[in-house]
Amino acid sequence: MNIVVCIKQVPGTTQVKINPETGTLIRDGVEAVVNPFDEYAIEEAVRIKEKTGGTVKVITMGPPQADAVLRTAISMGADEGYLVSDRAFAGSDTWATSYTLSSGIKTMGKVDLIICGKQAIDGDTAQVGPGVAEMLDIPFVAWVKKVEEITENSIKVQRLMEEGYDVVEMPLPGLITVVKEINTPRVAGLKGKMKAKSAAIITLNTSNMDVNPERIGLKGSPTQVLRSFVPERKSGGEKISGDVGELVQKTASVIQNLGVVK
Amino acid sequence: MGIKVNLEKCIGCSLCVKACGPGAITITDKKAVIDMSKCTMCAACVESCKKFQAIEITKESSAKIDVKEYKNVAVFIEQHDGKIAGVSYEMLGEGRKLADDLGEKLVAVLLGSGMSDAAADLVKYGADKVVYFDSPELVQFRDDTYTALVCEFIESDKPSILLAGASSVGRSFVPKIAARVWGGLTADCTKLDVDTERRLLLGTRPAFGGNLMATIIAPHHRPQIATVRHKVMKAAARDESRTGEVVVKSVDASKINERTKILNFVKEVESTVNITEADVIVSGGRGMGKAENFALIRDLAEALGGAVGASRAAVDNEWIAYSHQVGQTGKTVCPKLYIACGISGSVQHMAGMQSSDFIIAINKDPNADIFQIANLGIVGDALEILPELTKVFKEKVCA
Repeated sequence: MNIVVCIKQVPGTTQVKINPETGTLIRDGVEAVVNPFDEYAIEEAVRIKEKTGGTVKVITMGPPQADAVLRTAISMGADEGYLVSDRAFAGSDTWATSYTLSSGIKTMGKVDLIICGKQAIDGDTAQVGPGVAEMLDIPFVAWVKKVEEITENSIKVQRLMEEGYDVVEMPLPGLITVVKEINTPRVAGLKGKMKAKSAAIITLNTSNMDVNPERIGLKGSPTQVLRSFVPERKSGGEKISGDVGELVQKTASVIQNLGVVK
Repeated sequence: MGIKVNLEKCIGCSLCVKACGPGAITITDKKAVIDMSKCTMCAACVESCKKFQAIEITKESSAKIDVKEYKNVAVFIEQHDGKIAGVSYEMLGEGRKLADDLGEKLVAVLLGSGMSDAAADLVKYGADKVVYFDSPELVQFRDDTYTALVCEFIESDKPSILLAGASSVGRSFVPKIAARVWGGLTADCTKLDVDTERRLLLGTRPAFGGNLMATIIAPHHRPQIATVRHKVMKAAARDESRTGEVVVKSVDASKINERTKILNFVKEVESTVNITEADVIVSGGRGMGKAENFALIRDLAEALGGAVGASRAAVDNEWIAYSHQVGQTGKTVCPKLYIACGISGSVQHMAGMQSSDFIIAINKDPNADIFQIANLGIVGDALEILPELTKVFKEKVCA
């Protein structure tokens, strides 16, 4: 089975800090990591490979230093890393990113299954996975929390919905996006880390990929950011402590006054 | 194309240098200089330079369509088992407002089977026109079919704006539509607006787990598509006097290449209240101590007619199913009332619930982070307070 995992380098969330003077995010000095949802995707791909045999290729789009996340994936058991990197791709929105990644995947030959994390924790859009599926014209299932069965030609998965889950079957090649519940990603061992360090990363750019120049980067991106701003933080309201009876009474009357309980 | 500093307007104040995350701007000879190899086009500098308006992002687009050919606001109506989802009424309410601002029509698109009454009803909720695809193939949500039919609608009706709920269904197939028609999609919006002069949809959405808000536009592409978070917009009120047309469309299943097959649905939520649509959520975390104590959360939720939520810690301890998890790796909710019990308030948890209208936090630790965003903070033991609180509301119901 030939599996491809799409991953993204993101700032480690807990360290996201706001510059108090300008009110913008401080990204400098923030550690760059593999998007957490993509770790579940990598882990699931490696688990499938361990069962069925085959290879796991990871692909990311970003600046040259984004090769670090490909190496992390290789340390977890992926076989090959593809870095899609070109100045011409700068300013890509999710549409152009989906288009560019799908073009990158087309260079890989036969692909049976593509796995993506459900969304990236910086943009939170959840658009690139379905976008790639659409552009490759392959079937797609979102929010996968379990792979029940996989054969050469089809996959059966559980898709998380608001009130439970659907059991969905689709033919392969296909694309799934995965949620946190699907597995617990392994911690890379020394052997994996050594392998990752020396692994050759394949770089894809406009010279070795077949892309329409009209559909990449800023020009190919339908959306643009008009403005970005830091939302006003909710400031804490009243804080009370003391006798349980009094606390309960106060809380009950606050809830009553909200008028949300019939 | 790109980002430009207007040298006449720039006074070299360096506000943009501080605002720039990737550190792409320096001041040389009292003017801002942008290093294009570092710039990510995030527009933070444009915002920081509001006073002088010296930085401008201009964009040339490859899109060749005539945006004037596209008109009207369309709303995708989501249904499950023939019942229209709450978020769709919110989209109708918001869509009506946007359509009125633009002086355009509101069109509802419904995919279902045997739902002609419900389709006609959408007029009472504000739609000027209802396009109803009626087929036994449309009982359940299916990615390929939904994508194909909504694309067919876009092609025939050419809406300028298309709205859908940011639900599991909406966020699954709407990106496929945007990919197919090269439309501009803004996901999970919490605010919508229109620029009536440029006739643009302004979609504002949280990113970085709610730490940054961004307003997105798609000037050269149509339709302008947005998925919108539950419970943020006001639901349309029913108005019996409203009139409109209903267009029923048949579906030629042989033309649709549906590749996914739903074998069955397994209900996992404990209560009948859908957590993303609930007005009240009672949520428990690590401070609940053990699985049995989670009953206290369920009891209060039931007494208040609300849904049960949980922090990641509670789910990891297997006190409750993952479908109840609120936060960055779980669900994003914004009920009218969120009661956090024994939840310390990690950045990730708060990202999933901080836009709730009113937050009550119960925690033993007076320094818990959750108190920073709680409208009412109760320093105390949830295990003692919850049963008493439940009693109060149970008595009210009985009396």
